[in-house]
Amino acid sequence: MRTRDLSELAVRNLREAVLRNSLTTLGVAVGVASLVAMLSLGVGLQTLASQRLTRSGLFDAVFVTSQRNFRGPRQPPPPDSAAKRESRALDDDARQQLSKLSNVTEVYPQIRFVTDVRYAGKSESTSVLGLPDSSRSSGAFEGMTGKYFSSPTAEEAILQIEFAKLLTDQPASLVGKDLTLRYAERAALSKDADDEALLDAMMGSGKPGGISPGGISIVPREKTLRIVGITESDPSAGIGGFGGARIYLPLKTAEQLHVAQPDDLQAFLSGNPAKPSYMAMTVRVRSPKEVPQVEAAIKQLGFATFSLLDATKSLRLVFTVFDLFLGLFGSLTVASLGIINTLVMAILERRREIGILKALGATDRDVRSLFFAEAGAMGLFGGVFGVTLGWLIGSALTWGTTIYLHRQNLPGVKISYVPWWLALSAIAFAIVVSLVAGLYPASRAARLNPVEALRYE
Amino acid sequence: MPNAPMLIQAESVSREYRLGETVIRAVDAVSLRIAQGEFLALLGSSGSGKSTLLSMMAGLDRPTSGAIRVRERNLAELEADELARYRRETVGMVFQSFNLLPRMTLEENVELPLRLAEVDRSDRQSRVGEALERVGLAARRQHRPSELSGGEQQRGALARALVNRPAILFADEPTGNLDSANGEQILLLLKEIQDSLGMTIIMVTHERPLAERFANRIAQLSDGRLVSDGAQR
Repeated sequence: MRTRDLSELAVRNLREAVLRNSLTTLGVAVGVASLVAMLSLGVGLQTLASQRLTRSGLFDAVFVTSQRNFRGPRQPPPPDSAAKRESRALDDDARQQLSKLSNVTEVYPQIRFVTDVRYAGKSESTSVLGLPDSSRSSGAFEGMTGKYFSSPTAEEAILQIEFAKLLTDQPASLVGKDLTLRYAERAALSKDADDEALLDAMMGSGKPGGISPGGISIVPREKTLRIVGITESDPSAGIGGFGGARIYLPLKTAEQLHVAQPDDLQAFLSGNPAKPSYMAMTVRVRSPKEVPQVEAAIKQLGFATFSLLDATKSLRLVFTVFDLFLGLFGSLTVASLGIINTLVMAILERRREIGILKALGATDRDVRSLFFAEAGAMGLFGGVFGVTLGWLIGSALTWGTTIYLHRQNLPGVKISYVPWWLALSAIAFAIVVSLVAGLYPASRAARLNPVEALRYE
Repeated sequence: MPNAPMLIQAESVSREYRLGETVIRAVDAVSLRIAQGEFLALLGSSGSGKSTLLSMMAGLDRPTSGAIRVRERNLAELEADELARYRRETVGMVFQSFNLLPRMTLEENVELPLRLAEVDRSDRQSRVGEALERVGLAARRQHRPSELSGGEQQRGALARALVNRPAILFADEPTGNLDSANGEQILLLLKEIQDSLGMTIIMVTHERPLAERFANRIAQLSDGRLVSDGAQR
């Protein structure tokens, strides 16, 4: 039988048994809708999580430390060949070198120091962290009272709310006010005699013990900063944070303070005090998939690295398994069983019709194709209807969640997302499942003995 | 029809069915030769094996043993697709219960064999019209079977059997579900078709008077065996 005739007959059969076929198509649609709704939740949550994590900068960042850091006196050197490589300082030369690596978009040092904060006659000790300008888009400052730094070199500060509460009962009132930081500035000294005189001048009467010409000087300084924001989140927590900071400055502002860092003493002892070095640097990579390659390159340069890439792999695996599980449940069980049931019932109901078709000269292939075409058509209609229904369910869930979050004074989120590939895949999947489900009924119909089929009442 | 070429030869045809341990022989070593253009009535009581023999000659069933040759081709040896082609191109069938598809109009029912035979769409309408004209149902082409009387349904089934211009028409108790007037009308049609088209007609019936009146040969079966075979006139 020609394809056009086959299609006409299939559509006619579907149209004639409209109730039964509509219910089956609805069964397919419900299966596909549950598949689409659940997968759209999976995709939506994955997208949401990915967006948040990407914006947090945790998964496209490599944290670099000098290999000589963080090794206790009794700890043996690492077993790999890294120990044989040169143990390098994490200084500005290293920063330049790291920023030239391919796929690296940003390199910045961890500038963190302890300070004494003075505000309205109060004095509080806390830690300060320099933030690169890219922190602006990290999402960590969403919902902040006030605003982000006006420029990368602004003499401004953002306070963590818990610290702000130490300064005043009404933290929001701090925005626009000034506070003063007291900190220890480092400066390199040459071996010139003039420097000794300078040292005397800086330190007043008497030379400080342990500081010698050709070394470094530690000088107490003060800096007044304008408070521009109060944040509830803690952007420095977690990896690379090394403990939460309570005051945030623009990174360049923090660098210009030349605050004494823990590695300065090591630099002094190694005889190269003129070059400041850092405890750690953060290397941002173009995309998370480039992280392993960049990490390897950094290790080749003689630094220690750490990234959260493995965590993203686990996350993706979890979402994939989650999606697969939802997909299997949503479609295979509901849709295919419904189709098999309907088509098997259709064979019983249409036994005589099959017998007539065979008596009139239909081949087994004609009968099989007819049932197959009907199953495929039900899959197509059910798939399209199911995708629409699934999208509506997902949208309703997003709508409900948004209303709930708004009532909790939280911003709304899109928890359901139906990308084009999901819609097309779901329709294709519905057709394939329908065809597979129609395999058995169709071959059973094709095998039917015409004499027995014609005898059937 | 002594000079007509031989069309169907059944050679010691048997058909057995197995019901658990019991073997039922529905047709038992029947041999029959049917010439082209004959109107043969297979006569017998219920369970005599006449419908089973007809099914095998029509290519709907296969013999357990023996051979059925149509134009020298043994139907028992044909592949399923070849047998379907034989049914499609050589055979037309009329059943006791009409067997029109209830969801289709009369016109669509008659067109069905043309779809299966992949006849061009441009030819279909004229052939359907011609077949319906022959059985006097041209005005009822848009009606569904449920809107037709029994006699009209059987005439519609006859039009469907004729539309592919088959060489042999098999009719299985064509008057079984009809009153005598309608039954007679159908048999008159069959006779007219035989006379005008030279078609070979093999009809199963249990009504001897009808067989004697319309067929030119009667073969009688009893318990699966051929008990008599003779020309009428």
